[in-house]
Amino acid sequence: MNTHNITHPEAATEFLKNKERVQWHDETLWFVRHKRDKIVNEIPEWEQLRELASQIKDHTLSRLDEYLQEFEAAAISNGVTVHWASDAAEHNRIVHNILAKHGAQKIVKSKSMLTEECHLNEYLETQGIEVVDTDLGERIVQLNKEMPSHIVLPAIHIKKEEVGEIFHQHLGTEKGASDPLYLALAAREHLRQKFLAADIAITGVNFAVAETGAIVVCTNEGNADLGAHLAKVHIACMGIEKLIPRTEHLSVFLRLLARNATGQNITAYSSHFRKPAEGSEMHIVIVDNGRTTQLGREAFRNSLKCIRCGACLNTCPVYRRSGGHSYHNATAGPIGAILAPNLDMRKNADLPFASTLCGSCTDVCPVKIDIHNQLYQWRQVLTQEGYVPAAKTASMKVMAGVLSSPARYSFAGKWARKFLRWFPGLAMNKKLNPWARQRELPEPPKESFREWYKKNSREL
Amino acid sequence: MSYELRAKYKTQILSVSREKILAAAKQNKPALVPLPEVTAFTFAANDLLAAFTAAINKAGGAVMLLNGIQKLAQQIQEVYPDAKRIANLIDGDTAANKELLNEVALLDVVVLKGQLGVAENGAVWLTDKDCVERVLPFITQHLILLIEKQTLVGNMHQAYAVMGKQNPDYGVFIAGPSKTADIEQSLVIGAHGPRSLQVFIVEQL
Repeated sequence: MNTHNITHPEAATEFLKNKERVQWHDETLWFVRHKRDKIVNEIPEWEQLRELASQIKDHTLSRLDEYLQEFEAAAISNGVTVHWASDAAEHNRIVHNILAKHGAQKIVKSKSMLTEECHLNEYLETQGIEVVDTDLGERIVQLNKEMPSHIVLPAIHIKKEEVGEIFHQHLGTEKGASDPLYLALAAREHLRQKFLAADIAITGVNFAVAETGAIVVCTNEGNADLGAHLAKVHIACMGIEKLIPRTEHLSVFLRLLARNATGQNITAYSSHFRKPAEGSEMHIVIVDNGRTTQLGREAFRNSLKCIRCGACLNTCPVYRRSGGHSYHNATAGPIGAILAPNLDMRKNADLPFASTLCGSCTDVCPVKIDIHNQLYQWRQVLTQEGYVPAAKTASMKVMAGVLSSPARYSFAGKWARKFLRWFPGLAMNKKLNPWARQRELPEPPKESFREWYKKNSREL
Repeated sequence: MSYELRAKYKTQILSVSREKILAAAKQNKPALVPLPEVTAFTFAANDLLAAFTAAINKAGGAVMLLNGIQKLAQQIQEVYPDAKRIANLIDGDTAANKELLNEVALLDVVVLKGQLGVAENGAVWLTDKDCVERVLPFITQHLILLIEKQTLVGNMHQAYAVMGKQNPDYGVFIAGPSKTADIEQSLVIGAHGPRSLQVFIVEQL
């Protein structure tokens, strides 16, 4: 499923082949960005809320070990079993152990980017256990044997006709049907049976409140609640960065999250789970998987403040035109590109380069992560550590030499203008120069500004 | 903490990964950043009822004002004339409700009382006690929430100021019927949970 053997530019090239789809993808995500702007402008204190959210997260990270212990103690006294996982493999083993202990065969799961990051479904499959994803978008990509391509819109890369075909094959809907209402209702009937029969429900966590041990899960479909309330056992999986200190802080984050994610005032359901219902069991799995390492990287620590709203994906000109799968990482887009190298520099060295550094991601971030700065800084780190392709490093060295000396710059410019005029094919050779593949170079000017100024300054 | 809890606590904290994660977090965390006070933001609009109604409508729900709940059963039937299995957990017959709750998957309508409504986003707060059974507001085909007009607050800060110290075993903000836009961003009302949400607002119970 997560076969990563092609880089972002290669995958993006594939995606760009279908022009109609690219345009649809681009426009649809831009529409979501637009909806966000509209609703954000209705809140006069929006910028203050962002600042508050950012400071609350900064504070939490600066006392993370203490808040983790406070949360754990509260959760245990609530009758919840708390587990700790250093990495993805341990997380998967812990979940599997709970399932095995109950002899559970029927598992429903609501959206959790963490379980995607850990590849929980694939792991459980190798243990002979099938997990049913219940978020509609996730169910679509699961049936299509794919990963989600967006944090909050998992199937945004799939057209309704394709959903119709997937459902026809797996759920027996009419061949050729593509009406979203018809398809969504078919999924409702199909998944209702799964909910009613489930032994165990797995959910993600949006916020974990240290003072009470409660976890908050936000959905529009109601699938997290249907799963957790109908099954006898609820397993909630969370990264250590999901903590916030106090209940009152939820007011800040719940005002930001849905508005920034999809342009809604709030999700249909914001559920606060503190104690298991009578006769039921609740487990919380707290996962590190590289997060404490990121905490120690001063330049990248900020990325741990992310609340997974997906706004940086919607606004990103590269994401919108390359699709989520081109990032070959559970979390795509600008935020994925600064989280992924922390997990594996070699595998994800291409991702911080999948950006124009325009800074739009930083502008829309609800917790003020300096995403474009981090993309830029990852490029430095990856180059220093030797993970960047030799051709790029060599050409960058030449450029650095030229740009750091005014004489060399002037000399190079002069000859470049001549050469481009004499041999336009050289610079625009699409084989030699990947930059030229989708671009046309303007006619080179006869002289530089400096040359023009030298000539004309005496007359002024 | 009771003896039993402490024993349970002890076995749970004996985890190698736990020690590793906590030590790494302690080692790698930055210098202390102060915790900001959450500003007491006020809600600009004066008419909370109008704002609440607009927010619920935007989320795909409906609002109706009732003079009282003397004719509640009749008003439920008027909103959902075809509904047969109606669990009216406000003033419905106890024995009939008990019977209905034996088969939650077959419920057409569930009627519950919410504690407060938030004008800015149309969210209604219910705890597990208010839900009677946690699954009820999710499994039913249609949901009716009844709130008192005087419980309306402006925004989420005010909502948590009212109920933030309750710490129920479970609590939920419900702001509209269940919905999805996962197929080409086309909004479909009635994803897994209720296909509609009707909020009844009464002056006073």
